[in-house]
Amino acid sequence: MTELSLRLVVSLAQILAEMTIVMITVATMTYFERKVLGWMQDRMGPMEVGPYGLLQPIADGIKLFFKEDIIPAGASRAMFKLAPVLTMIVAMIGFAVIPFGPDITMTMFGLTIKPFVVADINIGILYVLAIASIGAYGIILGGWSSNSKYSLLGGLRSAAQVISYELNVGLAIVGVLLLSGTLSLVQITEAQAGGFWHWFIWGGRPDGFFPIHTQIFAFVVFVISAVAETNRIPFDLPEAESELVAGFFTEYSGMRFAFYVTAEYANMLLVSCVAASLFLGGWNAPYPGTILEYIGLEQLAWIEHIMWFTGKVYLFLFLFIWLRATLPRLRYDQLMRFGWKVMLPIALANIVITALTLYFFPR
Amino acid sequence: MEQAFFFYFAFVIAVAAVFVVAVRNPIYSALSLLIMFFHVAGLYVTLNAEFLAAVQIIVYAGAILVLYLFVVMLLNLRQDDRYHRQWPMAAAVGSTLVIEAIILTVMKGWTSPVVAPGTETTVGGISNTAAIGDVLYSTYMFPFEVASLILLVAMIGAILLAKKDIGGDAPQL
Repeated sequence: MTELSLRLVVSLAQILAEMTIVMITVATMTYFERKVLGWMQDRMGPMEVGPYGLLQPIADGIKLFFKEDIIPAGASRAMFKLAPVLTMIVAMIGFAVIPFGPDITMTMFGLTIKPFVVADINIGILYVLAIASIGAYGIILGGWSSNSKYSLLGGLRSAAQVISYELNVGLAIVGVLLLSGTLSLVQITEAQAGGFWHWFIWGGRPDGFFPIHTQIFAFVVFVISAVAETNRIPFDLPEAESELVAGFFTEYSGMRFAFYVTAEYANMLLVSCVAASLFLGGWNAPYPGTILEYIGLEQLAWIEHIMWFTGKVYLFLFLFIWLRATLPRLRYDQLMRFGWKVMLPIALANIVITALTLYFFPR
Repeated sequence: MEQAFFFYFAFVIAVAAVFVVAVRNPIYSALSLLIMFFHVAGLYVTLNAEFLAAVQIIVYAGAILVLYLFVVMLLNLRQDDRYHRQWPMAAAVGSTLVIEAIILTVMKGWTSPVVAPGTETTVGGISNTAAIGDVLYSTYMFPFEVASLILLVAMIGAILLAKKDIGGDAPQL
């Protein structure tokens, strides 16, 4: 029993550390996004609070915390309160299976601990998919419980959109699963060790350089579908402000609004982590081994691994902002047609081709 | 410890299942169903069937129930319209099932269980997912193909029903 409670304490500490990192990254993201958008539109971005506006996320947080919490008349009160919390929880627990750093084990208090992943379960990627599919509930319930036409329409659109694009996300990763032969994100990342030509986006075989198993089409499908699933521009139909005011969170204010926004950024972070782990080799450097290892600092190699992982994740986060600054919103019918008639066939063809190449040229 | 988990999951599943049919507001029934799906998934995890648990969440909670909620919201059902004149039928079916359950529970003491308690059929060394895939494509190949065929027919049927003007100049979505 003591071992169990000790395990619980260690896990909780790990979860706390990971949550802190995620929340700090989300706060950084809000600043980063406004700044990058500003630069892309030839503006300065936030400059008032702190040097170069660096304290802007804190100011935003304090402002939202002290805003009045309004519950509209006729709203379903319990559901109205539950929906943002549900969205937030779902956005946070997905990080449990993401490997931030190398798969090393430490022994602490007689327990074996993996410091860079909270839970290395053997169905890691399926867990992420399951969590992502639950994310729709917070949005639908928020839209329904607000007792407002705009919210309801936003919620319905979101439901349709999430179901459609979830399918593409699920099919896009099948190629990677075929190549790696496992569902665990830790093992998928490890299968890509040893240089960028082993990353699944390139898909070179261990004995050669020629990219016969390349997953680049799956990668493109995955990234586009991930943007759609996180309701980001150009797929932000659920919150299209020109037609639906603010979509499903029209009636929300104060902290509940902040929960939705935080969950959106956390979801972006989650899909970026998954994309980096599945296609870009996760914490593996684009060259075999690590530099710190070559100069004789093997015990510090994890720093380099984590830096590569962070770099890849931020690349995706920048892509999200870049898309927002560049592309206009799609029309709803265009969104649906694109998802079902363009992305789905590409993802299916990728599965067939990957399976065939694997059959004729096994890894 | 495992028994405590089992009784927790079983209790919540039973209570949530009752709520699904007893609650007046259809949205709340759908949410009770969601809670039930989660606890069924939890039960699978205690049985070392993680793959089934994840699929349970993805398919039932993530896809089917979302569609159900979608329909409920669009139809805007009147809350009192749901159960009219179903009570006699429901009582007949329900009481039959209850009697059956009681008889089975009482009988259980007399017959020997099919699988001896405490023995787990472990599949040597390979993961849960690999084991399911292995069995699905070898032992249960025929049922698997039949199920696929039925699903394909259902898909074609849905397309035929939804697209009434097939062959004509269908309006672009």
